[in-house]
Amino acid sequence: MIIGAFLAGVLLICGCLISNRNKFVNYLLVVLFGIMLLAFGAYQYNNLNTIQLSFFKSDSLGILLLLTLCFISVPVLFHSYRYIEKFNPDETPRSRGLFFAAMVLLISACGVAYLSNHIAVTWIFVELTTLSASVLIYHHRNIRALEGVWKYVFICAISITFIYVGILFLSLSLKQAGIDDMSFDSIRANYNKLNLFWLKLSFLFIFTGFTAKLGLVPMFTAGVDAKDKAPAPAGALLASILMNLGFVGIYRVYAIIAHTPLHSWANTVIIIAALLSVFVSAVYMTRIRNIKRMLAYSGIEHMGLVMLGLAAGGVGVYAAILHIILHTLVKPALFLQYNQIYWVFQSKSIYDVGNYFKYNKTGAIVVLLAFISATAMPPSGLFVSEFLIFQALFQAHYILILVTVLILLTLIIWGFGSNTFKLLFSPSPEAMDKSTIPEINPWESFSQYVLLAVAVYIAYNPPQRFVELIQDAVKLIQ
Amino acid sequence: MIDILLIALAMTLLYMSIANRLHTYLRILVLQGFILFGATYLTLTDVNTVNLLLIMLETIVFKAIAVPWFMNYIIKRNKISRSAEPYLPYFVSLLIVTIIIVLAIILSSSIKDANLDKTYFVVALSTMFTGLYLIVSRKKIITHVVGYLVIENGVFVLSLAVGNEMPMLVNLGIMLDIFASVLILGIFFNKIGDVIKNPDVDLLNTLRD
Repeated sequence: MIIGAFLAGVLLICGCLISNRNKFVNYLLVVLFGIMLLAFGAYQYNNLNTIQLSFFKSDSLGILLLLTLCFISVPVLFHSYRYIEKFNPDETPRSRGLFFAAMVLLISACGVAYLSNHIAVTWIFVELTTLSASVLIYHHRNIRALEGVWKYVFICAISITFIYVGILFLSLSLKQAGIDDMSFDSIRANYNKLNLFWLKLSFLFIFTGFTAKLGLVPMFTAGVDAKDKAPAPAGALLASILMNLGFVGIYRVYAIIAHTPLHSWANTVIIIAALLSVFVSAVYMTRIRNIKRMLAYSGIEHMGLVMLGLAAGGVGVYAAILHIILHTLVKPALFLQYNQIYWVFQSKSIYDVGNYFKYNKTGAIVVLLAFISATAMPPSGLFVSEFLIFQALFQAHYILILVTVLILLTLIIWGFGSNTFKLLFSPSPEAMDKSTIPEINPWESFSQYVLLAVAVYIAYNPPQRFVELIQDAVKLIQ
Repeated sequence: MIDILLIALAMTLLYMSIANRLHTYLRILVLQGFILFGATYLTLTDVNTVNLLLIMLETIVFKAIAVPWFMNYIIKRNKISRSAEPYLPYFVSLLIVTIIIVLAIILSSSIKDANLDKTYFVVALSTMFTGLYLIVSRKKIITHVVGYLVIENGVFVLSLAVGNEMPMLVNLGIMLDIFASVLILGIFFNKIGDVIKNPDVDLLNTLRD
């Protein structure tokens, strides 16, 4: 019931945002949505493992990601407000309304999709995220944004077609067993009756389809362009909660296949895709010159690691979930900080930036800390989860893969580091017009500090409840 | 009868591989829409009448009329030149599509599953892969859209194969159709036409590393 009311409320708010031109009413609606989202998260947390509207179930994995989403959405909505209000002359009431409506729709579609217990329902919400994300990417309405959005829409359209074909194959696999109910719970309960041939094909298609959202080889390209062209607060969402949506989709299907004899075959598929993703990310990170795209490729590397943890099994599954949650906290901090960099240097090329410490001290410290966090150096929270993933790989005797990944990670840290240190410490370019640099209020960076600190805290001193939820989510597989 | 329709659908793929004018592509899409209309009527015998009407309405309205008409409108409005501009000669295209169909037949004959009607499977697979081939082998953005619509048609045939047991999946397929048509054609192709005249993919390669 509550889910239905929430969705109805979201649609109402979206409609009002699009039709309304008054600035004050617009922001009031956004605040209202924020409160509604938090209430929704709290309600779902208090009603763990209940079936709602017959297609949704608030299981541990969904709740974990939903709470992370609620936590991220508040700073993202705040920074969207700053983005629209400040240094952005071509904003009209119409574009503002559309931007926030798309953002509200994207956040809620992701949040509800986490809780979906039916593959077809997940699929519908994935479609909705494509729709809303494309509006966000096309926000600036210039030819490059058009290119980004066209590629994103086209590749996502193909990817959801793939997922659909996967669902069809899954239904063929169920047909033999005589199962009508296509909910994840029911399929998982009847895993020993499934036709393995169709299940295999189905997993291949669904996995490939969800890689477009997750940002994994083969369909990662669209996501990179999207994060580059979307306004940075929207990029923060695309790089965190939307990737989690891909993860949820793959995880739930993998939870079915993990009980069948196809488990090791599925692991091989995942490892190949994950390893290639880390490789692609390493190749681009070492030569990339666009700061935003660099952040996007860093996301691909982390998703590769998450998938490696999933495939390694054992403690790796726990680590994968922990890693994706921590990544959801750290990556938006970088994207939200990016706007300040752009306000100072008016460019996203690494050749046009330098000496950031001089112009914006608070922001520069965020960049430095976020760099340490994103590359998983201690005391970063991601260090804990990455360490556990490596341990799982070691225990599962994937030594060669582990060595390859470690070498690639070194390359990635080198690429990421050389660009970040160029931004922070090397002298600023001569051609830069220093008179137009705006004063940036240190409080603008406050939420980024909070995000990074929370990522460290829950990794080193996780609350008991948090650990229980992750362990409960792991039980879907093991 | 249903076999004749499905085989006719496979034959349109061969024609599509050698078609060189955009209008020929559109006509083939219209023909495919009508074929799917007939195939839906003949296949979905167990589905309730209202749902069947909805599905058939969708095939005829969206697949056979609205989308081709709208693409025709776009071609005229943006004055897109009328040839398809493939990267490969037509003979090679014909050969490749033939190979795709043969491979689909070989693949499906290796499946031992009494629940599956092989004709649907072969036609669906070859249609999907021909669509993918059209996307990679043609230069214009609008032919990419045609390739995507061909993939959709293939997926639709596949959904018909399970349609009697799970009509919900066919309805989902319709949602996919409408979503793609509205999103890809309705919103963005219009915009691309406003910004770039005679759009081809060479103009969309500024975003790279």
